[in-house]
Amino acid sequence: MAGTGAFDEIRGTPGDPAGRPEFAELLQWIEDTPSSELDRRQKAAEAAFRQLGITFAVYGEDESAERIIPFDIVPRIFTGREWANLSEGLVQRVEAINAFLADIYGPRRILADKVVPEELILSNPQFRPMLAGAKPPHGVFAHICGIDLVRTGPDDFWVLEDNARTPSGVSYMLENREAMLRLCPELFEQFKVAPIDSYPDALLETLQSVSPRNQGAGATCVLLTPGHYNSAFYEHSFLADSMGIELVEAADLEVDDDKVWMRTIEGRVQVDVIYRRIDDDYLDPLVFRPDSLLGVPGIIAAYMAGNVALVNAPGTGIADDKAIYSYMPEIVRYYSGGDAKLPNVETYRCREADALRYTLDNLDKLVVKLVDGSGGYGMLVGPTATKAQIEDFRAALIAEPHRYIAQPTLALSTVPTLTDAGVAPRHVDFRPFVLSGAKGVTITPGGLTRVALREGSLVVNSSQGGGTKDSLILTGPEVRA
Amino acid sequence: MLSRTANSLYWIGRYVERAEFTAKLIEATIRLDALSARPAGQGAWDSALLVAAADQDFALTGETRTPLAISRYLTLSADNANSVRSCLDAARSNAKSVRTALSRDAWEAINRAWLGLRGRASTGGSQATLSLVEQIRAETRGFEGALHRMLRNEAYAFIGLGAAMERADNTARLIDVKYHLLLPEGEKVGGPIDRDQWTTILHTVSAVTAYRWLYSEGLKPWLVAELLCLRRELPRSLIASSEEAIGHLNAIGKRTGLQGEADRLARVRHNALERTTIDAIFNQGLHEWLTAFIRENTRIHSAIGQQFRFS
Repeated sequence: MAGTGAFDEIRGTPGDPAGRPEFAELLQWIEDTPSSELDRRQKAAEAAFRQLGITFAVYGEDESAERIIPFDIVPRIFTGREWANLSEGLVQRVEAINAFLADIYGPRRILADKVVPEELILSNPQFRPMLAGAKPPHGVFAHICGIDLVRTGPDDFWVLEDNARTPSGVSYMLENREAMLRLCPELFEQFKVAPIDSYPDALLETLQSVSPRNQGAGATCVLLTPGHYNSAFYEHSFLADSMGIELVEAADLEVDDDKVWMRTIEGRVQVDVIYRRIDDDYLDPLVFRPDSLLGVPGIIAAYMAGNVALVNAPGTGIADDKAIYSYMPEIVRYYSGGDAKLPNVETYRCREADALRYTLDNLDKLVVKLVDGSGGYGMLVGPTATKAQIEDFRAALIAEPHRYIAQPTLALSTVPTLTDAGVAPRHVDFRPFVLSGAKGVTITPGGLTRVALREGSLVVNSSQGGGTKDSLILTGPEVRA
Repeated sequence: MLSRTANSLYWIGRYVERAEFTAKLIEATIRLDALSARPAGQGAWDSALLVAAADQDFALTGETRTPLAISRYLTLSADNANSVRSCLDAARSNAKSVRTALSRDAWEAINRAWLGLRGRASTGGSQATLSLVEQIRAETRGFEGALHRMLRNEAYAFIGLGAAMERADNTARLIDVKYHLLLPEGEKVGGPIDRDQWTTILHTVSAVTAYRWLYSEGLKPWLVAELLCLRRELPRSLIASSEEAIGHLNAIGKRTGLQGEADRLARVRHNALERTTIDAIFNQGLHEWLTAFIRENTRIHSAIGQQFRFS
């Protein structure tokens, strides 16, 4: 197996003869199982995904072009200790994100104390000035966060991105596990793996806990989807189904007397909690985009009146904005009183003159991102970019420096992955899902591992051809050590 | 249950039923075509278009009425909103938007049926068409099987209601068109009508053996009509479909407390069917009677939409 020079999640640091002894059995499994057999199982998993309709639509292509996200049969594994450390850092970070949101939509202490520049918040397109003073039910803003992590060494985890709006991918976490349990049961005999199938229950409890009327399990919770043409529709229906709540479209809801109702065959039913998978901009044509047909007129008024919980609350985009990201270490320290347990990737804010100069001088070594870009669009990966691409970005940076940040290219860790030429290392990232309810923060022991399937590529986004793997969190004896 | 969900479920029932009926219609037409000398064989395809209510729309395509063109139009054409493909597209699209109301098996069955037709451009000759039709029928049977294992809740009842309403409509049109077409001008009812063509009707509703079990006589047109209109043992008959619709409406009423105009109309229709005889129908005129039945079915369909706030 050819090395990439990067830390490998299963084999360890290149050249280190100790490797990762805790995963020796997995390595043995990879080596003992002929790649034709791995290939057969992988194809069986993908056929099952196709049949179940676990697909995503690619914008601009017709419905028949629905694709499945490639699934890789070789899992990624965390030791119990690694997971415990990660969890602590994630809880700390997500608590800080919620405190930050409550602060900037409330008293704005952090701005008064000049920890974060005021104009960076107040003039940010993700900041919703009309929501100033909003107190979401039970004080929770970002109920579901998907924190993107990357790893560069045995103890080096970095937060790449905080997804605090409507992070997706949790259905793949659950379906990938189902596929692995069916196709590779022997792995689960060898390793004691923490179960993840309680995620829908945990999510439902989180939703119920923030109901304004405090009815507990009696709260009417719904999942609001833009509809079945949306690329993440499978996930929306999967989650609604596994929680046993209604999957609604905007047309199923109406607002009356600042309360939200859904239209049923038996008449109207009051809705308490809306897990919305529609962006802020499309949520309410009376407040945001008037041209949107997806939204529910009056839903923001109902939210401001405290009669409905929106999950995640509107306006949370300010917390995962890439321009704010570089301040996260300060934000975590400000609200938690301690240093961030999970570090940021070093980030150059191109709006600052020194950072811009450094970025322009080192474009061939850096990753440059649009602060409001996502899904791998609007991004320059310096080391693999062509001269023309670099010059295009140089011009764009000089024209509008405030729209960009730059980061060093990290040697992302790899995981053995089944390729046409047998098992070979491919770069991965990892997105655990963090739930914040009225009773605190919980994390299901797992997450979505995304893998760049092309050799050497660092781009893991599914819209850019990335795949996924199951992510196993061990609960074996080494946790107690 | 959301009104939109109920509406989609109801239409899943209708579309899958329509797809299956059209598939069987094609199968029976191929059989009739093979048995008959020209131009009777051509007449078989013309009547298939009429039964599928696709006669005028086919004319608009400007294509020549060849068996191949007609069978392609009825099975795969995307231009025909009632082709098997279009029905499965619509059923799958509805199913996708209300996936949470379907069992996993039921969704998979619809999705599989839809996948099976994806990328098919041509039916090929009659042999290939038959095997395609057989595949479609196997898939729709799979859906019915999956349905059978669903919870007996509103979702199940709305799909069943849609299927029962669609089946009543299809069967009535089948009898009407065949009867109309086959009965030559001035011919007396019950006269010597080509027995192959009556057999074809029975084939379309999978009732050839059923006829033998229920009637010890040879094939008699008025008995075929009686079987299809008034024998509740035959699940495709008008009376059985009517009874099934009432059963589903009752189930919904029991679970939601919602009963109304749709229930009332469905019961009135069923009582009338129970009281009538095939002789009375023939005295009134079979065509007139069937036309009234189809119109009544449409009224019940609209009442269902209003009762459950579909729009």
